[in-house]
Order: sequence, then structure tokens, then C-alpha cells
Amino acid sequence: MRTERPFTLVDAAKLGLYGGIAAVLISLVGMVDAFAKKDIIAGVVSMSQVLLGAMAFTPALFAATRALRNGGKGGALAAGAVAGAVAALLVALLALSIAPLNLRAIFVNATPKLVNELLPVGSEGLMGATILVVAGIVVGLLAALLTWLPATLRRSTLISLGAVTLIALLKDVFSVIIPTDVGRFVYKSNGLSVEGAVVLFITILVIAYLWQILQPRLNRAVDRMPESRRRVLSFVATVGLLALLFALPVLLGSYLSEVADLVGFYIVMALGLNVVVGFAGLLDLGYVAFFAIGAYTMAVLTTPELPLVRSFIPQLSFWAALPISVLMALLAGVFLGVPVLKTRGDYLAIITLGFGEIIRLLVLSDALKPVMGGAQGVTGIARPEGFGMRADSPQEFYYLILISILIAWFVTSRLKKSRLGRAWMAIREDEDVAAAMSINLVGYKLAAFATGATLAGLSGAFFGSKLGSMVPASFNVLVSINVLAVLIVGGMGSLPGVVVGAIALIGLPELLREFNEFRWWVYGAVLVMMMLYRPEGLWPDATRERELLEDKEPNVIDEDPTGLAEDATVPT
Amino acid sequence: MFSNLRRKYDFTDYILWFIGATLLVAILYGSYVTLSSGKYTTEQWLNFIVFGLAQGGIYALIALGYTMVYGILGMINFAHGEFFMFGTFGAFFVAEALAISGFLESNPLLSIIIMLAAAMSVSAMVAMLSERIAYRPLRRAPRLVPLITAIGVSYFLQYTARGFFGSGVEAFPNVPALAGSIAVGPITMQRSQIAVFAATGILLLLLWLIVSKTKIGRAIRAVAEDKDAAALMGVDVDRTISITFALGGIMAGAAGVMYGLVFRQVAFYMGFVPGLKAFTAAVLGGIGNLAGAVLGGLILGVIESVGPSLFLDGIGIPSPHQLKDGIAFTVLVLILIFRPSGILGERLSKRA
Amino acid sequence: MELLVAKGINKRFGGLQALTALDISVAENTIHSVIGPNGAGKTTFFNCITGFYTPEEGSVIFEGEEIQGMSPDRVASRGISRTYQNIRLFANVTVLENVLVGMHRHLNTGWFGAVFKPPKVRREEKSANDDAMEILKFVELDKKADFVAKNLPYGEQRRLEIARALASRPSVVLLDEPTAGMNPKESEDTTTLIRRLRDERRLTILLIEHDMRVVMNVSDQISVLDFGRKIAEGDALAIRSNPQVIEAYLGRGAATGSGYGLREKAGVN
Repeated sequence: MRTERPFTLVDAAKLGLYGGIAAVLISLVGMVDAFAKKDIIAGVVSMSQVLLGAMAFTPALFAATRALRNGGKGGALAAGAVAGAVAALLVALLALSIAPLNLRAIFVNATPKLVNELLPVGSEGLMGATILVVAGIVVGLLAALLTWLPATLRRSTLISLGAVTLIALLKDVFSVIIPTDVGRFVYKSNGLSVEGAVVLFITILVIAYLWQILQPRLNRAVDRMPESRRRVLSFVATVGLLALLFALPVLLGSYLSEVADLVGFYIVMALGLNVVVGFAGLLDLGYVAFFAIGAYTMAVLTTPELPLVRSFIPQLSFWAALPISVLMALLAGVFLGVPVLKTRGDYLAIITLGFGEIIRLLVLSDALKPVMGGAQGVTGIARPEGFGMRADSPQEFYYLILISILIAWFVTSRLKKSRLGRAWMAIREDEDVAAAMSINLVGYKLAAFATGATLAGLSGAFFGSKLGSMVPASFNVLVSINVLAVLIVGGMGSLPGVVVGAIALIGLPELLREFNEFRWWVYGAVLVMMMLYRPEGLWPDATRERELLEDKEPNVIDEDPTGLAEDATVPT
Repeated sequence: MFSNLRRKYDFTDYILWFIGATLLVAILYGSYVTLSSGKYTTEQWLNFIVFGLAQGGIYALIALGYTMVYGILGMINFAHGEFFMFGTFGAFFVAEALAISGFLESNPLLSIIIMLAAAMSVSAMVAMLSERIAYRPLRRAPRLVPLITAIGVSYFLQYTARGFFGSGVEAFPNVPALAGSIAVGPITMQRSQIAVFAATGILLLLLWLIVSKTKIGRAIRAVAEDKDAAALMGVDVDRTISITFALGGIMAGAAGVMYGLVFRQVAFYMGFVPGLKAFTAAVLGGIGNLAGAVLGGLILGVIESVGPSLFLDGIGIPSPHQLKDGIAFTVLVLILIFRPSGILGERLSKRA
Repeated sequence: MELLVAKGINKRFGGLQALTALDISVAENTIHSVIGPNGAGKTTFFNCITGFYTPEEGSVIFEGEEIQGMSPDRVASRGISRTYQNIRLFANVTVLENVLVGMHRHLNTGWFGAVFKPPKVRREEKSANDDAMEILKFVELDKKADFVAKNLPYGEQRRLEIARALASRPSVVLLDEPTAGMNPKESEDTTTLIRRLRDERRLTILLIEHDMRVVMNVSDQISVLDFGRKIAEGDALAIRSNPQVIEAYLGRGAATGSGYGLREKAGVN
């Protein structure tokens, strides 16, 4: 039980400062400019305004939540206003200093256009800055008012705000799925219509509210059910989910199926990396190497090009090349795994990184060009054929990928609950003790490594075939980081987490093309934030959650902005 | 007798020996063929070595930061290469301003000192901020957590730089006083290389003095030995760690200036490969060991510069210099496998 | 019969000689204690047996075969298991899973077995579960099988560690200060448990212990280490009255006192 120092306005200002710094960062990085063209509500609010607003809203919300506990409702309002004002002040200062300080000489995005986007529409100079600060105060007050509401209602409002923004951003997705009439009401050419936004907000608010009230009752009802009934229920749910998954490409159409395919490749890969990082606790940053090996084996074996290779090996079909590709990845996993896994803990990450780079350099080199195609890559890779069909469209590919996901899911979930899974858990928690339980460390690490490599190879083989041609640039270290981020966001060791992570980190950026340029920046930030505030991920695995939350230093909790877990404090 | 062998080693050891032996044979054979063919003259070899040493000096400066942070926190700071990148950008903007005003031409020595000061302060600041925001709250977290955080910091910094400064490659201003070369006996040395040697030497001396002679140096060594005991003796652990990051950042910033002067370019992605190589250098010398980092950096620089011609050209591999980085990473892999404690062994570190 | 024999063991760390020409032989189905002041090399000796350290000289012979220099997992798979001075459980999984990991050596499920779960594997998992519950019952933790290990009280964590060591059905168990940090009641229970290991499970036990009441109570044989050398060996009675032992514990000049002082001093540790 810690006692907490009372929350003062200086603390609120500090929170506002953080928000302001974040706002300045996203401005200078170019995010504001990139999102200015995208409207959330057509002609009313743009994405960049929402983004900047969030940088005032969020700190104000946290400040008000804390102030509410020792300063009452008035204190909450004051804290919210101060936080919002400080955040806005920073943005205003940036807008005012861009021209006089010639910031553009250093920051490419510090353009006159950015100044216009930062200041409220139609205003400029000091006047604009003043309006901006006032706007910040208003946003802060709104956030503070939100804290007055009862918890359920507050949460519903926040969920609804987020959901409406997301629906606006994902126009391309929803306008395909929903009936045309509804689409015409909700969406305009750029963003939501005003009426649409209001109706959506209220609808989602009500649904979220009801759900929060009903969900515990539902849970209790399920808990009370006899075991056999529960089993039937979970069976029905599984079948329903599978049916939905198989029906998905019909609903989604060609473009969205394309995105679904990409998410699928990453799910298979991430399920594989999950065995390595999540189960065995080995940080592998060269994971892309196995993906590349799978893809390249597929390419080299099925392309009509590369005369040198063709003089040794005949051109194979997709189905003949698939097992070979997977096998090659498996062999590479074992062969590379042995030296890698003999090194001690921390070095593993860096040595795998080194291996990944070596493989990329080899593929790129002129030395292996006759075999690998060099920098130009390989084209004419075979597509899956059989039963008189050929998987050409993204929808047809979707089914093949879905099947690989199901296989990967089945295999890894079985492994997790087996003797191997227990051995990996032991290695992850305490290597020495695991060895004293007669677990052969290198052997079991190798099993994890090879399982991961196999799944990466499977994903890679499909990826190569799907693309039809490939260049070495598709296989740089960023792919490894991508997969790792999927895992961290979803939750290390958690299978459903992998799916959630892949949809959030691979699917969303693909649908928000404006965002694509910033994805690595955001991933970096997300990795750090997750590690600081939620290392167990969005859909955590129970054991891993316990591991990752142990020994957390108190000052992390101190900085936990929700402050929900804290004890009551001495009032001011 | 054989049963004894079988008991001590298993198949994984045999795979290792196989890999090691294959590489050794390839290296020896390649070197033999290259040397006996007489394709390169002695002067050329010497120039390769000088070039390698200059590059190695830069690696050494970056490696010091890795080694100090590893020594004190037992953590691989993946983001260290980005500190170096930010330093180079700091130097770049100052250098541009100086070049436009003509100061760079009229007063080259002072200009370089100003560039160093700018780069060092930018790098040190980025390093300290990263430590404060991302690493400090995780001091007691499970091992994997700070490692992943460091990767996140690395990408965040790299793409911040991309957003701030653009995605293109910028040309570092030419310092006229450093253009051209001087012949020293059979070797022709670039003036910029000489500047790198001089600056690296001075900086290393300064760092050595700080770590071994000052109070803060003693604090650093104490914290590296045992954080809790150091805290009990009145050492401010957080501040000491922060200063360690700053010192590492300063060295990385200096390396950034050197890099700009020698290679004449800056780009947001330039921190990754030198960072990885500097880590290799740190491990090669023995991580946690300051002298080791320097030695490792110089050796790696030379291997990388001599290696492609010596090892690969002989075997008949086309355009061997494409595989320059591959050689460096192979060195990393081999060192980690066969002698993870490095050439000089580990110090400053409490891990067995 | 001698089950475990250490012959002429020398172990150095840099300039420090941790063990010097150490000879200890442990007879089957006995409780053999290793005592000595802090830093005498007791845990180092354990680590040399279990393969975590390789002694520079000397040999460790277990069931007639040399095992020094083997990796820890190989030593363990021959039937030597241990506990740790500072408890090292798999803290974040359940009590039952801790014991199941301990059974690793007797289970055969491989990669394909784990994935396809043929009847053989199902049977194996079932019987492993039953065995684990039986062992937990032996240490009276069967009611807490589903608890997360780190949520157990201290004394139960110690017992769980012993249960995990038993799970591999070893012939020798090395217990490193099993009563450290326990109150007198818990110590007494542990003493009983150690005796039951020998009598009911027919195990051979090598015990490091600071609490002299426990040592004198249960030991069939006691070896005393000081500065890495064995200075005395014998049964409880002989050790209690050995002047060298008293000197080691209390310093020179105290050897004229009785064994009573020994007990007092050691109790503090």
C-alpha cells in the first residue's frame, strides 16, 4: 500500500506537456500533414485535427481522473483545462516559431502548410495561436466533464468515440460490407456525414453500455451451465467462427481479400515466432531468414528462369515445391539453430540479427546470382493448381492461407500443452533449473527454433507463390521486427493474441494508406509503450502475464496514467 | 576412450566444428590463392589496412557506448546506433551552416570542434532521454523486456529522424582542409583519415581518464560491479547510469562527425549497420571491457577492409566487396560461438 | 554400498581454491549431511556433482560411472536431482505443472506425439498426472495442485521444490538448506519429511544444512567442510565432540568448549 502525493495543477501541466511534446513530434514527423487530407467527418474534422486533439484530450483525461480523487469535480475541471491548455500552447509555439526560426532548414516537414494545418482554420499568427489555446482548454474541459460521468458511461463514451473514428478511417472496408443505402447515409466521399457520425456515435454508445451491463451476467450464466452444455456451446461457437472465416472472402471482395491474405501470412509467421519467443523465451530477430528461405526455395524450384538451376533440377509445380520449401526452412532452422542456440542468452538476439543479414546479403550478391537471381530477383513463380483449378485470385488464395493458419494453430496449441511446452516453459523461466530437470537445453531450444522456422518457411512459400515474383528487398530485417511487434501487441505466448496483433498491426496500416509511411515509427513507439505499460499484450497468455508483471518497479505503476489501481489519497 | 568423447560432446558440437572448419579452410584457401596470384601489391594491402583502421576507429568509438551500457546494465542497447545517427545529423546541420557562412573554409579546426560539440550534445541528449523514458522504468523487469524496448527505441528514433530530416541521403559538406592525401612512406593516407586517428586517440585518452581517474568514473565502476552495494555506499545509481549513457552518446556523436568527414553522407538508416558492427567490435574485444572495444573495433575494421580481397577474391567470388558486411557479421557469429568472452575477456560485468 | 563417490575434487575460481582434494562417499539409502561455515564450499560441491561446475581435478562416480564434466541435464537424467538454497520454482505456473516438469525424464512424448496425441501419449499424460498427484500427496500439497506456485506460503514452496525433485524418480536427492528461513515447527516437519524420503521412498539423501538440530537428528553420516577441505567425518556423536569442527565454527581457542556452543552458533546462521 503506497500513499500517493496529492495531485496538483503542476502535475496536470506536466501531463499536458507530455501531450504537447507528442503533438509536436507528430507534426514534425509529417503525420499531421499526411492526415490533413483525410476527413473523419466530411468538411468538419480532419484526421490530423483528431490526432492533435487527442494529444490534448488524453493528458487532460488522465489529469482530471487523478484530480477528481483529491480535488473533487472542480479540481478535475481545473486539471483538465490546464493540461489541455499546456498541450495546445506547445503546438501554438511550434506554429509560431516555424517561420521566424527557419525550422524548415532542419525539419523537412516544418512548412508553411504545416503552420496552416496546426492553427485553426482561417486564422493565423498570434490570433490563431490564441484560438488554438482556447480550443485546447475546451478539449481539456470536455475530457474533465467526462470524468464526472459514472464509470460505465464514461467507458462507453470513449469506446464509441474511438469506434466512430475507426469506422470513418476504414471507409473502404465498411462501404464494401454494409448495404449500399446505409453506406450512402453514413459516408460522404471523404469521411463520415454529420448525421451518420451522430447516429453511429449514439448507436455504439448504447451497444457498448448495454454490453458492459450484460456481459458479467452472461459470464455468470455460462459459468453456471453444466460442463456438457458448456462444451456444446463452445463447439457451436467454434463451428460458427470457422463458417464465418470460410465465408469471409465472399463478403470482402477482391481488395480486402488481398489484405486478409497479407494478414494471414503474418499470422502463420507470428504463430511460428510465438513458439520461439513466446514459448521458449528466445528472442530471434533473424526470423525473416526462414521466411526468405521458404519463399526463395519456392521461387527457385518453380520459375522457368535461372538456366543454371534448371540444368540440375527440373521445374516443379507448386505442390511439389511446397514440401521442399518447408523442409529447407526446417533444415536451415536446425543448421543455423545449433550455433545460435549455443551462445548465451542476451547474445541470441544479436546473433540472429547477424544471421538474417548474412542471408539477405548472400541472396543479394552477384556471387549467388545464377542461383538466386541477385538484386533483380526471380519472376514466374508457380501458383497452386489442382483439380482443374488454379489459385489466382486473392479469394482463392485466402482458403489456402486459412488452412495453413489452422494447421499452424493446431500444431502450436498442441505443442504448448504437451511435454515440450512444459520443457519450453521451464527453459524460459529458469535455464539452470530446467537443465537440472534433465531437459536438454540445446535440444529443446532447437525444437522451438525449428518449429518456428518451419512455419515461417510455410508462410514464405505461399507468399512467394502469391506474389509470383520476388526481390530480396522484401526480406529485410523490418519483416522480423514486424512479426515481433505483432507478437508483443497481441501477447507473447498467446495464440489468439497473435491474430489480434496481426489484424491490428498488419491489416490496419494496409487499409490506411496514409499511415503506411509512419508504420515503423509507430511500431517503435508501440513496442516501447507496450513494454512499459502492458508487457503481457492485448490478449495475454495467463502464465506469461504473471511472468511479465512480476518484479515490475513501482515507479512504472506510479506513471500508470489511468491511476485506476491506486489507493485513495489524502485530500488537499 | 571414445565413450568418453561421446559423453562430453553431442551432435551439436560436431555441427559447430564442421562450420568452423569449413570457414577456416575457405579462409586459408582463399588467402593462399589471392596471395600467391600476386593480384594486389604490398602498397595496396597497406592502404586497405589504413582504410580499415580509420573505419575501425569509428566502430571503436561507437562500440565504447555498447560496452559501457552492457557493463553497467547487462543489457544490449540496440538503439545505440541511432544515437550515432542523430549525432551525425547534428554535425551535418552545423557543418552546413558553417559552410554557407564560409567559416568552415577560413577556420577548419574550430569548425570541426564546433561540429564535434554539436554532435556530442545531440547524441548525449538522445541517449539520456532514451534511458530516462524507456529503460529506467524497466530496470527490474524480466530480461526479454528491456531488450524488446531497446528494439522499439531503435526503430522509433530511426523513423523519427526519417520524418524530421527526410528519407533521402544528404551530402555532408566538404571540409577543404581535409581534402587530398599525404604520402607516408609507401602509404597514401587521406587527410580525413589522419583527422580520424588523431580525434579518436584524443577521445579515447579522455574517456580513459574519466573512467579511471575521476569520481564519476569510480561511481560507474562501482555500479557496474554491484548496483545495490553502490547505492548503499552513497552512489546515486540512477544518475550514474544516466551519465554512462551520456558518455556513450558523446563517443557515438564523435563517431558521427568522423563518419561524416570520411564518408561524406548522412541518412536516417545509417545507424543500423555501423551499430551492429560496433556491437560486433565490442563482443570481439570482450564486452564490458573498454580497451577491448577499441581493439575489437580496429580489428574488425581491418578484417572488413582486407577480408573481401583476401578471402573471397581468391576463391573466385564475383564482386567480393558486396559481401563486406557479410564478413563482419560472420566474424560476429564466429566470435559469439567460439569465444563469447572476446579477445581480452569481459570486465565491468558481473555475469559469469 | 557406495552410491555416489567424490574422489580428490579440486575446484578453483580464478585465484580462489574453492574445493581442495575433497573425498566424500555417500552410502545407499542413507542421509549424508555436509556442513560447514558459510563459504566452506558446500554449494560448490553440489554444483560439481550436478554438472554445473566441472572440477579441475578428481572424479565424481555415480553408480560406478564417472559423471564429472557431464552437462547438468545428463547428470540429472542418470537419477540425481536437487533443490536450491534460494527457492527456484517455476514461479508462474501451477503446483501440478512444476511437478510435471520434474517428470520430464520419464516421459517420452516427442514432437509428433505432442501434435497428434496418439492413445499412447494420452495414456502417458494421464499416468503422469496421477503420479504427480501421488507425489504431491506425499508432501501434503495435493489439495493445492492448481495454485500458482508463487502464491504458496514459504514453507510449502520448499516442500513443492522437494516434490519436484522427487518427480524425476531419482536415486539421489541433493537438498540445499531445505529448512532455511523456517520456524521451528516447519523445520521439524521438514526433518520428518527428509526421514520419510529415506525410509518410505528408499532414497539416498545428500543434505546441506545449517540448522544443527536438523543435522544431528537425521544424519547417518556427516562430513564437515572448512575452506574447501574436509576436516572431519563421522556420525552425529563423533562430529559433536570433534575439536576441529568446533574450532572451525567458533574460531581458535574455543575448542575447549563443548558441542553445546556449536549448536548455538549454528542456529544463528
